[in-house]
Formats: sequence, structure tokens, C-alpha cells
Amino acid sequence: MEIDPFIFRLSIFILSIFVGYYVVWSVTPSLHTPLMSVTNAISSVIIVGAIIAALAGSSDEIFETSTVFGYLAIILASVNIFGGFLVTQRMLQMYKKKKK
Amino acid sequence: MSANLSATFYLISGILFILALRGLSSPETSRQGNYFGIAGMIIAIAVTFLSVGNFGLGLIYIFVFLLVGGSIGAFIAFRIPMTAMPELVAGFHSLVGLAAVFVAISAFLKPDAFNLGVVGNIKLASLIEMSLGAAIGAITFSGSIIAFLKLRGIMSGAPITFSGQHIINLILGISIIILVTYLCLNQSNYLFWTVVAISFLLGVLIIIPIGGADMPVVISMLNSYSGWAAAGIGFTLENTALIITGALVGSSGAILSYIMCKGMNRSFFNVILGGWGATDQSSTAKSKEQKPVKNGNADDAAFLMKNASSVIIVPGYGMAVAQAQHALREMVDALKKNGVKVSYAIHPVAGRMPGHMNVLLAEANVPYDEVFELEEINNDFANCDVAYVIGANDVTNPVAKSDPQSPIYGMPVLDVEKSKSVLFVKRSLSPGYAGIDNDLFYRDNTLMLFADAKKMTEEIVKSL
Repeated sequence: MEIDPFIFRLSIFILSIFVGYYVVWSVTPSLHTPLMSVTNAISSVIIVGAIIAALAGSSDEIFETSTVFGYLAIILASVNIFGGFLVTQRMLQMYKKKKK
Repeated sequence: MSANLSATFYLISGILFILALRGLSSPETSRQGNYFGIAGMIIAIAVTFLSVGNFGLGLIYIFVFLLVGGSIGAFIAFRIPMTAMPELVAGFHSLVGLAAVFVAISAFLKPDAFNLGVVGNIKLASLIEMSLGAAIGAITFSGSIIAFLKLRGIMSGAPITFSGQHIINLILGISIIILVTYLCLNQSNYLFWTVVAISFLLGVLIIIPIGGADMPVVISMLNSYSGWAAAGIGFTLENTALIITGALVGSSGAILSYIMCKGMNRSFFNVILGGWGATDQSSTAKSKEQKPVKNGNADDAAFLMKNASSVIIVPGYGMAVAQAQHALREMVDALKKNGVKVSYAIHPVAGRMPGHMNVLLAEANVPYDEVFELEEINNDFANCDVAYVIGANDVTNPVAKSDPQSPIYGMPVLDVEKSKSVLFVKRSLSPGYAGIDNDLFYRDNTLMLFADAKKMTEEIVKSL
């Protein structure tokens, strides 16, 4: 009997939760704010769904309802991607060690 | 690009995201980690373009919108003051949530573009995944908007409660599940929109009863939700990068919520059900104000600290409000010149989001190896000469250790009262957000400095 591909995706999902669990516990508490902003940025990888939705329109009908929602999602996700990574970068630049 | 090849690339970008979080285990590796994250994002976007392969006029629009969103994001990222970080993060969560809703809507309206079947006959699993993704996304969106408004001060931080609140939330939650079940049976447009609408409403109702000071938990929780929403959409799109990211973000937010709850010694449900700090304690507070308090000025404080051999600084939300971090650093510099050993003690729930104080201190050029967490530094208070409490209150209250009647009993607190003398900068004797009087004010070794945190610190700098 063949295994449903869904089961593979579910395995990836569950294993990633475990990976996330161990990785996040090893994050130093002083970097919890950058952790939130960077998780924010990477969860905007949802933009791949938005791009697929936006490119689905036929060439004579670029602005049908489903593609418009795709375009809107692209704007929202890209605010987040650029904003999230840049603000994280800005914060991380500020963490400095004592000058010896 | 073949489906197998693009799936492999999505896996690579998922791994890069894991490395991005891994980098945050220390400040030295964190910047490199952020580049991994950016690389992962670029790979994911590039692969998507190549695998769709439909380069029509739509592509130009996509780049235009990417650029529009990107410049707004970049503008915000460079302009935002560090003190406004909690509301920025809340705002960003709302965008992820709404983007998830929009993607789910377009997948529902045009399932063939995503390989999910045709309108009116979408694959059952995909339908469940997209409606859950849409529902969680919608809750994340409206919940984050409320959190944003509360943090920004546009909406009062006080909890909004009414009778039957939890029952209504429960009914709404159950009705979402029932509607999704019916949606799977008849694929009706109408039901899909109702699920989205109810979820928006539920998001508002979940967050309004939670008080402003519980925001660290709320923000972490919404962080977690945005991850689960992304994972839901990831299952719909059969996209590994999204599934991995969703799981990472989901567990990250959940762990942060757990850490925040533990920092307050409260259960997660106790926070979520909300309404804390709304109890009327004014009568007891009034009678206690009669107790004698030692009142000092900047000169006294400067004298005490100059002659100390070690000083521990305890910052709290009040420091963020007064924007006193730079003045504080100047004060510490002056003290160090006098040979005083200075370190900083951070309580897990100080501020309005996890790690809030650390970022503010880093902004003021405080080296991160002078900043310590509660467990690392709590034993040092007994050997320290002066504890300088600036903008913190409940997290220093010894009542949490001694009075089982107190609402904060059992909460881990910083043992500031053990130091030889305590300087407590505060505007008045009013209790903290928990509505409880702080015993520390009336101790013999406490000197109260009644002033704005920034002004007082600046005055101390002058006297030094």
C-alpha cells in the first residue's frame, strides 16, 4: 500500500516542531526580542503562496478577485520580510561586548 | 523547474531558517544567523517564480507590489525607535495573519492554480487546511491589531471584561469548527466567508480582556498563532518551506509564552482568561500610604552610589516609558570612573515583550556581558551595596516571597531588598499594575527618589 504524501508532510511538520523546540530553548534570553522579529520575518515566507495566487491570472485578466488577494498578500508579506529582517539586523548591530 | 527540484530548494530554505534561529544562541553568531534567514527567503521566492514559470504581465505587477511593500517595511525598520519595538512586532504579526487569510481566500476562489481541485470540488484535506489557516490567520490579525492599539496607547491597556465573555468565546470557537465541517460537506462560499468573519471577531474578543502588563504573553502567543497559520497554509500549498517555518515559529512563540507565564508564576489559561489587575485595591493602598517612607534626592543617591563598591541596576517598563536608557548609561559611566562595579539585572517579564529591556540597554551601548538574567544575578544582591531600581516595581516586591495572600505570591522576584541600600526611582507611591503595594518602599534600607526616571538619572549624573 502506498503512503499518502500528506503523512510525509505531517512528519516534516512534527519533526520541525521538535527542532524548533530545542533551537528556541537555546536562544539566549537577551535576544528574545530579535527572536520575535526574525520569526516574524521568516513566517512571511507565506509570500510564496501569494506569488502563486498572483501569477495564476490569465494574461487578459490580471485583476480578477483571486489574483487581487494575491497582490494584497504580496504587499503585506513584503512589508514584513523587509521590515522584519532589517529591524532584526538593526537590533543585532547594537549588541556589543565590553571593550577591553 | 521540476516539482522535485523546487521541493528540494524549499527544504534548503527551511534549513536556512532553522540556522537563522540557531544563530540567536549568542550575540556573536546572531548577525550571521540573520543572513541565513535572508538567504532562505531569497531562495524560496526565486524558486516560486521559476516553478510557476508563467512570466506574463502579472510578473511586473508582482515586482511593483514587492517593491512597494518592501520600501514601506524598510522605512519602518529604520525609523522605528527601539522603545516602540513591542507594538512594531504586534503590527508585523497582524500582517502575517492577514496575508495568510488572503492566500487562503485566493486558494479557495481559484483552487486549480494551486493544484487543489476545482471550484466547488476542492480536495477535502486541502479545504480543511485552508480554512484552518484562514481562521487562525484571522484570529492572529484582529488579535494583533488590538494588542497593537493597547501597546501604542491608542486603546486603554485596562482589561475589558463583561459577563459571559468566556462562554461567548467558547461558542464562537465551537461554531468555527462546526462551520468548517459543513463547509467540507457542501463547499459553500458563504460558509467560508462566515468562518473568516467569526475568526476576526474571536481574535478581538480573545485579546480585549487581557491587561496591558500581560502583553509579553499576548505578543508571544500571537507570534505562535502566526506560525500555526503559516503551517496551515503550508499544508494547503504542499510547501515544505512553509511547513517547516510554521512549525518553528509556532513552537518559538509557544516557548516564549511559557517563559513569560513562568516569570509571573501564572498559568497560561490564567493569563488568557484575563481580567487580572482589574480588582479594586484602592482602599488597602490608601491605608498603607500612612506608613513612613524615606525620601531622598539626587545628591543623596549620587553620594551613596559613589561610595559603593558594587551597584546593581534593575530596569523596568518605566525606564522604557521615560526613555531613560541613555541617561542611565551616562550615570553608569560616571560610576565606573569612580571604580564602582556595575551590573544590570533583568527580570523575565520586565517591559512589554520578551527581551525588551535587553534591546533598550543595547541601544544605549551597554555591553551585553554586563547584563544578567534573574537566575544569574539574584544571589549577588546580598553582596551588593546599592540596588538602583528604575521603572520596575512588582518584580522587586518581597511580598511575592512572604505573603501567601498576595496575588503575586510565588512569582520569582529580584531580591533587591538584600542589598545594603535600595534606591527606588518612582513618580509616586502608587502600586504597580498588579494593584499591590510594594513592601520595599517602607523598608529601612530603601531611599525613595520621587521623580521621572530620566530626570532623576540626569540629575544624579550632574551630582556625580
